[in-house]
Amino acid sequence: MRVALQVTCINDALFPDTGKAMVTLLRRLGVDVEFPAGQTCCGQPMVNTGYLDEAVPALRSFVDAFGGYDAIVTPSGSCAGSARHQHQIVARRSGDAGLVAAVEKTAPRVFELTEFLVDQLGVTDVGASFPHAVTYHPTCHSLRMLGVGDRPRMLLEQVRGLRLVDLPAAEECCGFGGTFAMKNADTSIAMGSDKARHVRETGAEILVAGDNSCLMHIGGLLSRQRSGVRTMHLAEILASTEAAPPTVAPLSVEPVETRGLAL
Amino acid sequence: MTARDEILARVREATTAAASGAYDRPAHVRTPGSVDLFVERVEDYQAVVERCSAASLSDRVQAAVEGCSVVVPPGLGVEVPDAVVDAGLSALELDQVDAVVTEATVGIAETGTIVLDHGPGQGRRAITLVPDRHVCIVRADQVVADVPDAVALLDPHRPLTWISGPSATSDIELSRVEGVHGPRNLHVIVVED
Amino acid sequence: MTATFVGMPPFPTAARAALEDTQLRHNLAHATGTIRDKRARVVAEVEDWEDLRTAGAAIKDATLANLEQHLVQLEARLLEQGAVVHWARDAAEANRIVAGIAKSHAVDEVVKVKSMVTQEIGLNEALALEGIAAWETDLAELIVQLGDDLPSHILVPAIHRNRAEIRQIFLERMAAAGRPAPTDLTDDPAELASTARLHLREKFLRARMAVSGANFAVAETGTLVVVESEGNGRMCLTLPEVLVSVVGIEKVVPTFADLDVFLRLLPRSSTGERMNPYTSTWTGVTPGDGPQEVHVVLLDNGRTRALADEVGRQALRCIRCSACLNVCPVYERVGGHAYGSVYPGPIGAILNPLMHGVGEDAQTDSLPYASSLCGACYEVCPVKIDIPSVLVDLRAQVVDAHRGGVPPVTHLAEAVAMKGVAATFGSSRRLGFAERLVRLGTGVAQRLPVATPWTNARDVPKGPPESFRAWWKRTDGGRR
Repeated sequence: MRVALQVTCINDALFPDTGKAMVTLLRRLGVDVEFPAGQTCCGQPMVNTGYLDEAVPALRSFVDAFGGYDAIVTPSGSCAGSARHQHQIVARRSGDAGLVAAVEKTAPRVFELTEFLVDQLGVTDVGASFPHAVTYHPTCHSLRMLGVGDRPRMLLEQVRGLRLVDLPAAEECCGFGGTFAMKNADTSIAMGSDKARHVRETGAEILVAGDNSCLMHIGGLLSRQRSGVRTMHLAEILASTEAAPPTVAPLSVEPVETRGLAL
Repeated sequence: MTARDEILARVREATTAAASGAYDRPAHVRTPGSVDLFVERVEDYQAVVERCSAASLSDRVQAAVEGCSVVVPPGLGVEVPDAVVDAGLSALELDQVDAVVTEATVGIAETGTIVLDHGPGQGRRAITLVPDRHVCIVRADQVVADVPDAVALLDPHRPLTWISGPSATSDIELSRVEGVHGPRNLHVIVVED
Repeated sequence: MTATFVGMPPFPTAARAALEDTQLRHNLAHATGTIRDKRARVVAEVEDWEDLRTAGAAIKDATLANLEQHLVQLEARLLEQGAVVHWARDAAEANRIVAGIAKSHAVDEVVKVKSMVTQEIGLNEALALEGIAAWETDLAELIVQLGDDLPSHILVPAIHRNRAEIRQIFLERMAAAGRPAPTDLTDDPAELASTARLHLREKFLRARMAVSGANFAVAETGTLVVVESEGNGRMCLTLPEVLVSVVGIEKVVPTFADLDVFLRLLPRSSTGERMNPYTSTWTGVTPGDGPQEVHVVLLDNGRTRALADEVGRQALRCIRCSACLNVCPVYERVGGHAYGSVYPGPIGAILNPLMHGVGEDAQTDSLPYASSLCGACYEVCPVKIDIPSVLVDLRAQVVDAHRGGVPPVTHLAEAVAMKGVAATFGSSRRLGFAERLVRLGTGVAQRLPVATPWTNARDVPKGPPESFRAWWKRTDGGRR
């Protein structure tokens, strides 16, 4: 089985440690994951903003890069959802029959990380160790678009030393929503503030989720509040072992004012 | 072009590409209703529910309207002493009456609902609406399991009133309060034999 | 008379103001939280809930696909049963018809059953211009009408008001509309409800004409259905001599038996009850019982426009339960007024653009973006309207409406940016270059003391030393 990593544009540019964790984790489970260098973005930012024609070049890159693989695994419920639910809409609209046919092949082969681990590889104990108090936020697209259900929880429960704390109102959206976070920034922040409050209520040290975009939003708020809670992608926790704990010791976000004043 | 023709033309044009109009109705197996469940569900709405035998029905009804002025529909199967039989009372006249006693067409166990089709023994819609107390007699064999069983028994050409508890509102902070415009007291008597 | 939504600002502006209203935030959080829990509890009781949703969607889809046939049948049955049938292309035509009926009976007031469609067409305002008072009789509608306020929820139009505010409105405004509230009125909900009972009873008892909508209209029999709680609906449908029901053409269901599906779906989704207190059905005129003159106004007003939209037509399945509002995290925080329509929340964000069309005013065009696409609405919708997918499709329609010409200033930067993004994502080489700029960009964002929509409340991630792509290339995927 040829397996490709779809690292996603946001992880590629801003959160490469998540991509590295995916590689570490999958190799440990015996999957010789490849990184097709032609990949760019799934096209979701354009599609969800209404720019469907503008998503076509990304879609072409996607099917070109991933066309030859049996499975395409991605550390993002949102990007997996985009590939499975939106690519065909964009392809049909483009009027390109070749693109429609290509999407028909790639779309059903895209798996979000926990789906791939639990359903394709059949594992829930990935041999990880992470002795911290963790709370889990189920991101909307993994929860409702993909229906990953309790797969993330099954995986987290097998991690040595990890203490999983329930997040209040866990299933409520964090307010990121792609360009929603900018177009409706006030509402987005109001939603995010409540999510951050619930995270703090758990007393957990780390907030984990399967999408770095949502974590960037919640983490940005938690950091601004000096909450002392860090965000981490699920892949980084599952990749962690006693011998090789994650390297991301400092907070992944930096306060803006101090740097601004230092100019 | 008339409004009718224009709207129908727009509809026709809008639906030319629509998918076929076939659908499967969900299969439903009729099951007898549980009187126990019916009673429990009606009580959930803060209605008064009691069960009695046919022999004691008359006494129970009299107790339920004790001290009230009463209107009854023509054809009611139980004698209510001093009750006025409705013969087209006006709304203002009905507003002076304390209670109404009727029968029902069907009871729904799952939802605690009684349905009136306003035939003999049930009367015009207004008589079960304006007085503040509605005493409703339901025979145990009229209780069906769920909504589809009831719909199958009802005649759409009659006016129908489905009643689930006393009048209520959730308009203030989404908290349910019993008692607005309809009868504030619903008293259901289930007759078993 | 109830105010109308005119000149509402686009959603983000309206939302910003709403978010600052702490009383509103508090009232909404309490009310939506209450109803969410109630709904979840009674839905969990129904074993075949998913099958019911599927059936509800299928019945509506099948009806819409053959809508012409069903409407013609409905009209024929209504006529056979002694009703008068009118057709209205738009709001103005419908209002003219209703006012005409009122004038032909020389009435100067009508009592109204809560109805979304008469809100939509602005019937009360139109009647007021003709010297006819329209009294809202649903408690929440009464609160809105007395307060000269706007509705903010489909089911509970006064959801934005708490008991203390309602008490104040009753004390200050009831006297001008009829029987005053008692001076020692408290904010106990039962007492408020009983005050409304006394205030409205005199109107019910003297009213000669009523106006209603309908939750369903059965084509096969000509039966109309009103689902309600308080009994104000029964009063209006039963006591007056003349009854006029304004019915959107999408309300039709083919058979009486189809009602069983919707009468199970609607109350549980709407008020979170196994069954609502009262459901009334009537088929034309019943001699000796209820109104002896029955009119039905079948209304288009943009519904055929929505029907022609291949993706969006599913919005016409809507049975106005408002479950989507109650679970929407956006609605919960900004309330209904920010949507600028009697149809707020997720369903309003699609229904308004579908019925009015996009590309004409900024307010309507802003609605499809008033969502984080979290999908909670789709999950609870009793007729499975895929609201997120319709939102995304409408966003594309908004963008497409502005293609070709010069985009409005608000879209210009975005349109240019999206073209750039499209080019960048068309090639991994260009993307690799862009990523080096992104690292620079986040570095700059961290250093500039400038508030952007992102940074005014959120810190920015620290740009990594190298992208994943660069790391993979440099280390051969970590192998060296």
